[in-house]
Amino acid sequence: MLLILLLLPLVGAAVVASMAGNQRAAKLTAFAFAIVELVLTAVAWFAYSVADAEAGTRFQLELAVDWIPAFGTRFALGVDGIALVMIALTAVLVPIVLGFSWEEKLPAGRTVSGLMALILATQGLLVGVFAATDVFLFYVFFEAMLIPMYFLIGRFGGPRRQYAAVKFFLYSLLGGLIMLASVIGLFVVSGQRLGQGTFSWGELQQLAATLPESTQIWLFLGFFVAFAIKAPLVPFHTWLPDAGQQAPVGAGVLLVGVLDKVGTFGFLRYCLPLFPLASQRLAPLVLVLAVIGILYAGMVAIGQKDLKRFVPYTSIAHFGFIALGIFAFSTQAFAGSTLYMVNHGISTGLLFIVIGLLIVRGGSTLVADYGGVHKVAPLLAGTFLVAVLASLALPGTNSFVSEFLVLIGSFPREPVFTILATVGIIVAALYVLWLYQRTMQGPLRGTAVLGAAGGPGTVIDPVAAAEKGRTSFTDLGKREIAVLTPLIVLIILLGFFPGPVLDVINPSVQSTLTEVGLVDPVGATR
Amino acid sequence: MTPLTVPEINYGALLPLLIILGAACIAVLLEAFLPRHQRWPSQVVLSVVAIAAAGVALGVHASGTTAEDLTAVGETNAVTIAGALSVDRPAMFLWGTLLALGLASVLLIADRSVEPGGAIVASAMERAAVGGGKPVSAAPGTSEDRGYGAPDQAPTMQTEVFPLMLFALGGMMTFVAANDLLTMFIALEVLSLPLYLMCGLARRRRLLSQEAAVKYFLLGAFASAFFLYGLALIYGYSGTIRFAEISDSLATSTRSDSLLFAGLALLVVGLLFKGSVAPFHTWTPDVYQGAPTPVTAFMAACTKVAAFGGIARVLYVAFGDARWDWTPVLWVVAVISMVVGAVLGLAQTDVKRMIAYSSIAHAGFILLGAMAVTEEGVSGTLFYLLAYGFTTIAVFGVISLVRDADGEATAMSRWAGLAKRSPVLAGVMTFLLLALAGIPLTSGFTSKFAVFSAALGAGGAVLVVIALVASAVAAFFYLRLVVLMYFSEPPADGPSVVVPGAFTTVAITLGVLVTLLLGVLPTLALGWAGSGGFVG
Repeated sequence: MLLILLLLPLVGAAVVASMAGNQRAAKLTAFAFAIVELVLTAVAWFAYSVADAEAGTRFQLELAVDWIPAFGTRFALGVDGIALVMIALTAVLVPIVLGFSWEEKLPAGRTVSGLMALILATQGLLVGVFAATDVFLFYVFFEAMLIPMYFLIGRFGGPRRQYAAVKFFLYSLLGGLIMLASVIGLFVVSGQRLGQGTFSWGELQQLAATLPESTQIWLFLGFFVAFAIKAPLVPFHTWLPDAGQQAPVGAGVLLVGVLDKVGTFGFLRYCLPLFPLASQRLAPLVLVLAVIGILYAGMVAIGQKDLKRFVPYTSIAHFGFIALGIFAFSTQAFAGSTLYMVNHGISTGLLFIVIGLLIVRGGSTLVADYGGVHKVAPLLAGTFLVAVLASLALPGTNSFVSEFLVLIGSFPREPVFTILATVGIIVAALYVLWLYQRTMQGPLRGTAVLGAAGGPGTVIDPVAAAEKGRTSFTDLGKREIAVLTPLIVLIILLGFFPGPVLDVINPSVQSTLTEVGLVDPVGATR
Repeated sequence: MTPLTVPEINYGALLPLLIILGAACIAVLLEAFLPRHQRWPSQVVLSVVAIAAAGVALGVHASGTTAEDLTAVGETNAVTIAGALSVDRPAMFLWGTLLALGLASVLLIADRSVEPGGAIVASAMERAAVGGGKPVSAAPGTSEDRGYGAPDQAPTMQTEVFPLMLFALGGMMTFVAANDLLTMFIALEVLSLPLYLMCGLARRRRLLSQEAAVKYFLLGAFASAFFLYGLALIYGYSGTIRFAEISDSLATSTRSDSLLFAGLALLVVGLLFKGSVAPFHTWTPDVYQGAPTPVTAFMAACTKVAAFGGIARVLYVAFGDARWDWTPVLWVVAVISMVVGAVLGLAQTDVKRMIAYSSIAHAGFILLGAMAVTEEGVSGTLFYLLAYGFTTIAVFGVISLVRDADGEATAMSRWAGLAKRSPVLAGVMTFLLLALAGIPLTSGFTSKFAVFSAALGAGGAVLVVIALVASAVAAFFYLRLVVLMYFSEPPADGPSVVVPGAFTTVAITLGVLVTLLLGVLPTLALGWAGSGGFVG
């Protein structure tokens, strides 16, 4: 099952890449592959048994064959609730991204089918990252997924795409190589303890309790740096705004929505259970970084002049919340963080896509070039409002549930950090509402909306402008509505009924907490 | 006076070596007696058949001997001809590697489709003379020197390169199996002298080529002298030149340790020179750039295999017990090599020089495995050499295809936008560069993993971290070429990509397939590499 989920998009990528001659057929094929993947993911979702997970089965839908015996590594796949929701998130986002990219304006000489093939390849490798239960295999997918994303940014991106692509690749590769040191270290340590080195997550987790704290700290740091670059946490974050700004919007959604979650997923799956002592010892460090991220990235987001840089900075602030929940060590916070990963993928996906639609129309990425869009494109503006409110975690949107869970789950153990993080919500209100006000409300203004006539300072009466045909700014088309609707539905649905997703997540976060060797603090009940 | 006895000779074990050296001698005779137009086909056939036959002989011998056979005293023992050679499992693995890489190199060298007439020529005069036209007195470096001569002249190839290559290959095989220092020295010379000559045979840019040959020769001669001096001092210390006996003498010798250390240092300098480990690397970029590309491929792949095969054997068999004394020094050397290779590689503007610096960094990585005196270290080193050799040969094969009117277009800026003109070539090159960078699912990753885990197991955690950081730095310059190929617009007068003939295609395909295979399913090769240790 998982093998099919892993291979299908990769096969799809190969098929689509070979069909470059017939763009329409290639696009339809890509979309068909994404839909089949989504259906199969739904099948996997229902095949996953919550009851078994509650009974203590760590992984389900498992598959394992020997791969390189000399390194003790196996091609082992399996999912827990956390991995399953991440795979589902990917499967939901990819068709939407493909639908959005249908008529993407690309640099000269690039074809949409090439873009779609790379997106499918990224999806396949992401499934591998989430489903791997062998540390070596995880590492392989972790590094391999850089390559399609690198080409996505570097070939299909904005004007400074080369710079952004190389920066993205080098940051990630450096993190990956530092992690490799720890991966090798794990292998050597397990070889010393067990006689035969292993990469099996299960065996290494058993071993974790016996490792001395100093060893754990060194190994933890290797993994931590890689994941902190990926997530990204604040001192390691500078690649994301560049990559997000230059990436084509479709790739940006995957990058910020899913790829970055590999970092936080890695914290939950690898850092905590494999190095429990080190995780607890170094938790204050991570929490400090997380809170700095929430506040600092929020402030920077307020000041962004470029719409596509705005989204990555808001995301960095959100990743701070996720990291806070993970290193607060309670089931509530864990569940909140995991749900946050999903919700953030959906709401940021929506935000990124709406901004993409705005940019397609206005031809500019600068905030200052837009104004009063609501008057000419009410549907677009309404969707934008939903997206920013979801980003703000307004009650009734999906993000509220997760942010609330993170905060109340973290409070009993880490009251100070939680209170500081709560301040971040106010900052979030500032950056989203002010952005909304500047771009969507007020009189029509800005070159992007009014064309060259609307230079700085020009204010035009919208009715007059529409009559004279001075703005060619159009509202959402049918395809765009079809792309956006599922995301809006999910935002509302998960805002009111997060139950089904939380049911899948809960047993796994419970196991994670047990593996860290802790129990829920008093006062935090599920 | 003791009577002379005939030493026992294990012909089955030596057969591959004998075939190669025998073929080299026959090739010399062919060169002397055959008319010019028959030389190329017969030399190619002879070389390919000899290497294949040696491979078969090696396969038969390797599958017919067990580990007990190799350590038993008698005819089947690995150590043979009075202890001069030791055909143990690592030697067999390295022989197999050398033969396979040699075969790919022969194909590259023999190719006459990429460069009309082949890339190998002895002098500028030759080029004009063979066509029956007027002998152009083109001094090296002039514009005439770069052209083809008159269009009606059928260019031809200097076929002496084949016997030279076979001798070098035979020397390398002897080198990795040498069981005493004197045999090792002779093998070193047998492998080096033909290489010096081969470097100077480029058809284009002869000035660079000749400079490379002279530079390589002079520095190589120095290195040989160092090695010989070291040999003498070691003999002075231990009274023997056989590795196993040197190892014994470490515990028993009453001579001053300074003899040992000075001797070992000089010896290792000679070996590290051949492996192009910094700070003994200065010849590498110039020689890689100046030599004809097929020769560079042969040199880069096979010399590395031979050099590190030799280093691993010397360190493991002869000086393993003194490891606490030399490990810190080699740590420093390995770090210098990794840093020099990675950092100076950043500044390169020529593809061949970039690969040269990359090879210096890789030499540092391999040294990590070679100096971890453990079984994992040996098998990791062997595996690394196999993987690296094939990737390198394919890389140079690809480089030889990108040409403009002036011959190979090795300036990196000329590669801009290549993906647009020939996506297949750019794809292959990208894959190979990712392999050199050590990205998973390529052999580069598996081999780095093998070597680094051995080094970590031997207590070199700091080294491993430095090595990984160096890998990240080195990735930058590989990536620069990828960026150029994919993300830049091609220049109007950009180089063209020659459609390779069958020989070059086979060589590149072989290299790419092995790179992929060792990355995805390395089990078999890892098993061979780890099937047994050195027998001294």
